[in-house]
Amino acid sequence: MRAATAIRTIAERELLRYVRDRGRVFVTVFQPLMFLVVFGSGLRSSLARSSFGVDYISFMYPGTVAMSIMSVSFFSTISTVWDREFGFLKEIMVAPVSRTSIALGKTFGAAIIAMSQGLLLLCFAPLVGISLRPQVIPAALVIMLLLASATAGIGLLVASLVRTVENFGVIMNLLVFPMFFLSGAFFPLTAVPTWMKIVSSANPMAYGVDALRQMLLAPTAGSGLMPLLLHPASLDALYLLAFSSVFVSCAVLAFSRRD
Amino acid sequence: MPSADLFPAAGRRALITCRELKKNFKKIEAVRGISFDVYEEELFGFLGPNGAGKTTTMNMLATLLTPSSGDAIVAGHSISMDRDGVRRSIGMVFQDPSLDDRLTAEENLRFHAQLYGVSPADYRRRSEEVLRLVELWDRRFDIVKTFSGGMRRRLEIARGLIHHPQVLFLDEPTLGLDPQTRAHLWDYLLKLKKERHMTIFLTTHQMNEAEYCDRICVIDHGQIVALDTPAKLKKLVGDDVISVRPKDPSRVKAELDRIFQQVKYVEDGAYLHLRVSDGHTFLPILLTALPGEIESVTLREPTLDDVFLHLTGRSFRDEPETSKMSRGFRGHRH
Ligand SMILES: Nc1ncnc2c1ncn2[C@@H]1O[C@H](COP(=O)(O)OP(=O)(O)OP(=O)(O)O)[C@@H](O)[C@H]1O
Ligand SMILES: [Mg+2]
Repeated sequence: MRAATAIRTIAERELLRYVRDRGRVFVTVFQPLMFLVVFGSGLRSSLARSSFGVDYISFMYPGTVAMSIMSVSFFSTISTVWDREFGFLKEIMVAPVSRTSIALGKTFGAAIIAMSQGLLLLCFAPLVGISLRPQVIPAALVIMLLLASATAGIGLLVASLVRTVENFGVIMNLLVFPMFFLSGAFFPLTAVPTWMKIVSSANPMAYGVDALRQMLLAPTAGSGLMPLLLHPASLDALYLLAFSSVFVSCAVLAFSRRD
Repeated sequence: MPSADLFPAAGRRALITCRELKKNFKKIEAVRGISFDVYEEELFGFLGPNGAGKTTTMNMLATLLTPSSGDAIVAGHSISMDRDGVRRSIGMVFQDPSLDDRLTAEENLRFHAQLYGVSPADYRRRSEEVLRLVELWDRRFDIVKTFSGGMRRRLEIARGLIHHPQVLFLDEPTLGLDPQTRAHLWDYLLKLKKERHMTIFLTTHQMNEAEYCDRICVIDHGQIVALDTPAKLKKLVGDDVISVRPKDPSRVKAELDRIFQQVKYVEDGAYLHLRVSDGHTFLPILLTALPGEIESVTLREPTLDDVFLHLTGRSFRDEPETSKMSRGFRGHRH
């Protein structure tokens, strides 16, 4: 009971800080849209429509949603580093709440922000020519939450190990680009070199993109999508669940290290 | 340190028991094995110059730092074995800023109250009480970023009080406050102690604030140099102090050593402070014995400043006032 209140309190503060920061809200909403428009339209003309089963913008769309969830979720966990630099972490650490509650509150806060971001992007689906079936939305939300928790787990682990915002930024940049490019968001992972298959088989983004792609594109693409998919969505979900459990646990341990 | 302080007198229960507490930061020995007790309902003050180890000790007692060795019991809980128990019993006002400046004053308080399990009804009542106390009630819905330094400090103090802790730790609570707010805060702290039977442990540089304490622990270079009531500490120095400003310090010192061997004095910048038992009769004798040698003279009662000078050979007033005001950019003097 006490733990639930603590987790909620800490997560609520993350949300409050997010909505207070108008600039951040603006950037996180418009960045993926720009991405979709610029990248998608640019590449669409030079890439053959047939190899993706769908229009290239549609093909990219689930990956863009996943990318935006990942970057928002990573970026939200930076708050732990800020808290340390600005002294607020002392206020949290001296409170009678377990380090696990603190880490879980931070993870959920970041995951909820990222998920709502993903939800918002779903509203733009018709604009890129994708008709969503309402019944896939709950399942897509679960995948988004799992993907957001997985990336928040990584972010929090890094945040609890580094001391400065600069270090956090450097490490995040090192992680974000490979995770994004090896996610299958741009090109299907079914026809890539073996090393890339191996690396991406550990990448939570690959599973998130794969699951979202089948959920969001199925009605539009039909069976043309089949050769591009990796796993059944339930397997993707399972992997994401395992991945987030491991990383959130590591983050909890890193958090309670000094305790 | 008198051994009486290690063992509480009959009828007084120690709420904080600190034994051989030590903290090293790599090569720096910040706290060198200190032992003391703080009694229930006591207002206990840590007095010492920059870098003495006050904050380090307080952070160990508040479970934020792990001691290199030694242990302490706070409100019945060991700081190394039962951190959660300690955390539930204490409130803490940090020396350095610790507010979320993107939230409003009220949101900062609510966050704190929820983490400490204050019920919503209690929260409504107490938040008004503490916010009115620190005169921020009208500003409660403003973002903390828009607050002045003193207003932030007041909010931090309000926050530390809202969950009615058994022991309240205050690390230089009046830092950056104007004299009027300072006086208000002291009134309230004394009231809390009396009405809520709260035990208060504070650190300070301010001699006049140390006077409010039931007992003062003077700490320097990570060690306790004295621990007693303000009145008894002043007795160390004598009944009266005569401060003289000599024209030529070395000549006056030589004369003092020759004529008044029994009179102890300390040198403090351009001044000599003489410790005497009956200043009113001694002053004329001194002036007659040293004609034309003295530029100015004051006869006064001893202050804690004299006590500190007496104990450490250094003056507190060497500390630049600015170093106390610019939080976060403090230069440590040794
Ligand atoms: N995290 C740290 N790492 C290394 N050294 C530290 C750390 N914290 C404190 N110290 C050192 O420990 C000593 C005691 O510091 P502390 O902050 O306890 O002093 P203080 O009595 O609170 O001083 P002030 O009046 O300036 O607040 C200083 O020499 C300081 O440099
Ligand atoms: Mg200090």
